Amino acid sequence: MEINAFVIFFAAIFTSNILLTNFLGMCSFLSVSREVESSFGLGVAVFFVIVCTTAINYAVYHLILVPLDIIYLQYIVFIIVIAAFVQLTELFVERFSPVLYYTLGIFLPLITVNCAIFGVSLFMVIRNYSFLQSIAYGAGAGLGWLLAILSLAGLRQKLKLQRVPAGLRGAGITLIITGIMSLAFIGFSGIAVIQ
Amino acid sequence: MNKKQIFIQSAFTENAIWAQILGICSALAVTNQMKNSLVMGLGVIFTLALSMFTISAIRSLIPPRVRMMAQTFIIAFYVILVDLFLKAVLPEVSQQLGPYVGLIITNCIIMGRAEAFAIKNTPLDSMIDGIGAGVGYTLVLLLISLIREIFGFGAIFGYQVMGTWWTPWSIMVMAPSAFFLLAMLIWLVEIRKRKKR
Repeated sequence: MEINAFVIFFAAIFTSNILLTNFLGMCSFLSVSREVESSFGLGVAVFFVIVCTTAINYAVYHLILVPLDIIYLQYIVFIIVIAAFVQLTELFVERFSPVLYYTLGIFLPLITVNCAIFGVSLFMVIRNYSFLQSIAYGAGAGLGWLLAILSLAGLRQKLKLQRVPAGLRGAGITLIITGIMSLAFIGFSGIAVIQ
Repeated sequence: MNKKQIFIQSAFTENAIWAQILGICSALAVTNQMKNSLVMGLGVIFTLALSMFTISAIRSLIPPRVRMMAQTFIIAFYVILVDLFLKAVLPEVSQQLGPYVGLIITNCIIMGRAEAFAIKNTPLDSMIDGIGAGVGYTLVLLLISLIREIFGFGAIFGYQVMGTWWTPWSIMVMAPSAFFLLAMLIWLVEIRKRKKR
């Protein structure tokens, strides 16, 4: 079954948003989304890392793991690739662009344990995507995550001035907002081409 | 602290989900049916117990610089075992859980317990702490999935409990309900905590 990479890209952003329908990357989503600027920084970093690691993991999976018949090692290998890539990016950014390092660099260590990135690599394998499809899926998922965390941060900034029931402050109200956002994103599935 | 206190502390007072808001990803994703939740919970208990034991047992051998990486390896090792076991014994559930079994590796609960407890306690205590955290996590999963399965499918563990008159709430099968239910749970726990003070 060949699905147009373009369709996958848009589906990953809207109809099957990695955060709002697959619940991946919730931990950093809940803790960093207090301010718009830092959310944007983290979102961009996640987007970049997802696209690159998906490409690398695709190559590793199809060129090394499948020929050697050691698919069961995929979890460990994917994690190593992601951790190594994040570490390299951090060194690289620190060395060549201090400005970028201070805006993005602080988020990079957080990313290794972000399940969205690992999840995208696993979905890519489970759904048997081709290389182009994987890249499109990775880019869509990254953008979708960025979109979700940015909108949540915007809403949470407004929320600072509102009166929230005492017990709901913090995680509770954030989850309710996320639920409502998730409802809104389900509205997009009216235009879904694939499930 | 004796063993019982350790267990109660990590399962209830410091419950990973409602007190520390960790491990939310999988808590939301697998809770549409109780069977999936139970299998996932058992997988997490197994991984937590054994990886806490291992990490604690070799804690003096791990160089601090590569501590995280070493912990990830140990956790990944046990997750692979769980994954292979599920594929062989419960292939259907394994298929439904999809990538979420593998995602136990990046489940923040496990890393959290390793960093907070296993790194400075004896292997046996760490194992009990791990089992406690896993049990607390499983209870939350089962509670949320109970509500979602009853309203969404009219069933408990796949057995139809509501009659034919029941109209399933399709929202309960979809993503948003998981967010709402978890928020309600956290709210209730907070209210109880405030009353106690």
